[in-house]
Amino acid sequence: MGVLLIAEVNSGTLSVDATAKALTAAKQIGDVTVLCVGSGCSDAAQAAAKLDGVSKVLCAQDDAYGHDLAEPVADLIISLSSDYTHIVAPSTSASKNILPRVAALLDVMIISEVTAVVDADTFERPIYAGNAIQTVKSSDLIKVATIRTSTFEAANEGGMANVESIDACANPGLSEWIEDKVAASDRPELTSAGIVVSGGRGVGSEDDFKIIEGLADKLGAAVGASRAAVDSGYAPNDWQVGQTGKVVAPDLYVAVGISGAIQHLAGMKDSKIIVAINKDEEAPIFQVADFGLVADLFDAVPKLTEQIA
Amino acid sequence: MKVLVPVKRVIDYNVKVRVKADGSGVDLANVKMSMNPFDEIAVEQAIRLKEAGQADEVIAVSVGVKQNQETLRTALAMGADRAILVIATEDVHTDIEPLAVAKILKAVIDEEKPGIVLAGKQAIDNDMNATGQMLAALTGWSQATFVSELTIEGDNAVVTREVDGGLQTIKVTMPTIVTVDLRLNEPRYASLPNIMKAKKKPLDEKSAAELGVDVTPRLKIASTSEPEARLAGIKVGSVEELVEKLKEVGAV
Ligand SMILES: Cc1cc2nc3c(=O)[nH]c(=O)nc-3n(C[C@H](O)[C@H](O)[C@H](O)COP(=O)(O)OP(=O)(O)OC[C@H]3O[C@@H](n4cnc5c(N)ncnc54)[C@H](O)[C@@H]3O)c2cc1C
Ligand SMILES: Cc1cc2nc3c(=O)[nH]c(=O)nc-3n(C[C@H](O)[C@H](O)[C@H](O)COP(=O)(O)OP(=O)(O)OC[C@H]3O[C@@H](n4cnc5c(N)ncnc54)[C@H](O)[C@@H]3O)c2cc1C
Repeated sequence: MGVLLIAEVNSGTLSVDATAKALTAAKQIGDVTVLCVGSGCSDAAQAAAKLDGVSKVLCAQDDAYGHDLAEPVADLIISLSSDYTHIVAPSTSASKNILPRVAALLDVMIISEVTAVVDADTFERPIYAGNAIQTVKSSDLIKVATIRTSTFEAANEGGMANVESIDACANPGLSEWIEDKVAASDRPELTSAGIVVSGGRGVGSEDDFKIIEGLADKLGAAVGASRAAVDSGYAPNDWQVGQTGKVVAPDLYVAVGISGAIQHLAGMKDSKIIVAINKDEEAPIFQVADFGLVADLFDAVPKLTEQIA
Repeated sequence: MKVLVPVKRVIDYNVKVRVKADGSGVDLANVKMSMNPFDEIAVEQAIRLKEAGQADEVIAVSVGVKQNQETLRTALAMGADRAILVIATEDVHTDIEPLAVAKILKAVIDEEKPGIVLAGKQAIDNDMNATGQMLAALTGWSQATFVSELTIEGDNAVVTREVDGGLQTIKVTMPTIVTVDLRLNEPRYASLPNIMKAKKKPLDEKSAAELGVDVTPRLKIASTSEPEARLAGIKVGSVEELVEKLKEVGAV
């Protein structure tokens, strides 16, 4: 018995950062088997086998598994579940879609966004947009949980686990993939970047968002946004940071023209250093900022971009 | 086709929650409660389906305490046709777990036979993001989560989903469970005449026991605590000073 960790695989490539962070949590519970699922995922499985602390890697390849559709992937996980006490995954849009389905099929509760493992049955998780931390103890036979990656260090490489191919399950045929709209970018991925520069409604337009992107590129940072900036069309949805967007905890978070609503803070307040640039000295973002600059962003951000070596 | 919309009563999103001193939970006495914001979006979408002639009836359902009547009246005032309240507890502090809510909703579905369920992506109190997916598992139906666009085409629904990498479009077979994301629509406000009319719309009450669902929690809340507060930082006077400070701490 042990832990089944569902790896994050995108287009056949292992998302090493997310998987390695969830692995750190999984190792605290027990012996870890990693499951890679995809239309082609042997490379991902080889990469997962190299992570330190992985006992075994299972690789399930099938066309039905290409796009993280919940129904076939949940059925596959169920077919393996009797061998494990825990089924966990990094908390991503894919696992948030799939694992609650798995849990209900097993008649157990899902434990979402785990931020600390207390023991094999007991976990911490944030509620109310991170304004409270709850410690929950599960009485279920199998625990199904998603792991909030921003609170765990990534496991290192150095493993040499065996990779075993496993058969696909029958596809229930309830859903069908049509298309993905994914913007290609050379920037680091938002949830794993060391530096994030985010813009809010204060930036004012999609065009002016280039000021934010300019600073980000100078810093080698990922770009984030508030919900107001996304809703206004200044930035794409996958840049949203917050309670209902992505949760980030970089070494440096720069919030520009963002007021600091609790829903936004929920996604970034665990960053190591927070910088806020806002023209309103009363903006709540200053209450969490290590360094606050009261200034017009159109003046301050270009200057900052220039002055950073 | 009937549309079923599960709506949850939660602390209003503007309220700063306080953890009770004894660590037993969050103080819910005398705080403003509202419909979960995602559920307003789901109700709005259901009404639009009806206005477009794709649905005949919109049924709002809430699981919890007697006070959830208010939340259901809001849904009725927005334009839902009738409401079902399933009483599962008497204490406002007892939140019912998504698995139990999903079992109750499954029992309601067995009676009402809707063609589509529109739920919220997550409830802003517990942020579980689970009920819709669990309901899909229990019904054996397809699921379409985090949806920002929805079109019904015959026996299928075509949906665009907000995912980590951007947007994903999938086609699911009906009946289906949809969970809605923030950008699907802008919910309407209920007008005063509609609020009055809503008082006369049917609101049925049942209990979880009548539906044969055991709501005993699987997760025991061992404690609830405040997160560590961040230490207040400093204000810098200029961009130059900011750069200097960032260099001092090795951030750039
Ligand atoms: C259910 C729900 C979920 C939500 N989820 C999220 C979420 O995940 N993420 C999120 O971010 N929000 C979320 N929100 C929204 C949140 O409540 C706020 O509305 C949002 O974060 C505000 O974005 P903002 O700070 O960019 O805009 P505003 O609050 O409008 O702030 C703009 C700021 O820019 C400053 N400014 C303007 N012009 C300039 C200038 N020239 N120079 C410098 N500063 C300037 C202003 O002083 C102001 O402080 C959610 C809300 C709800 C109800
Ligand atoms: C202070 C506090 C005390 C708690 N005490 C207990 C306890 O004593 N016992 C216990 O079992 N759990 C308790 N919990 C845990 C908690 O009940 C569950 O984790 C939580 O209720 C379910 O998650 P969610 O509401 O975030 O659902 P989500 O899955 O995030 O909700 C998604 C959507 O599902 C629908 N939905 C969810 N709930 C309902 C509902 N009730 N009615 C209609 N539709 C709904 C809505 O459409 C909603 O948008 C407590 C939590 C807190 C914060």
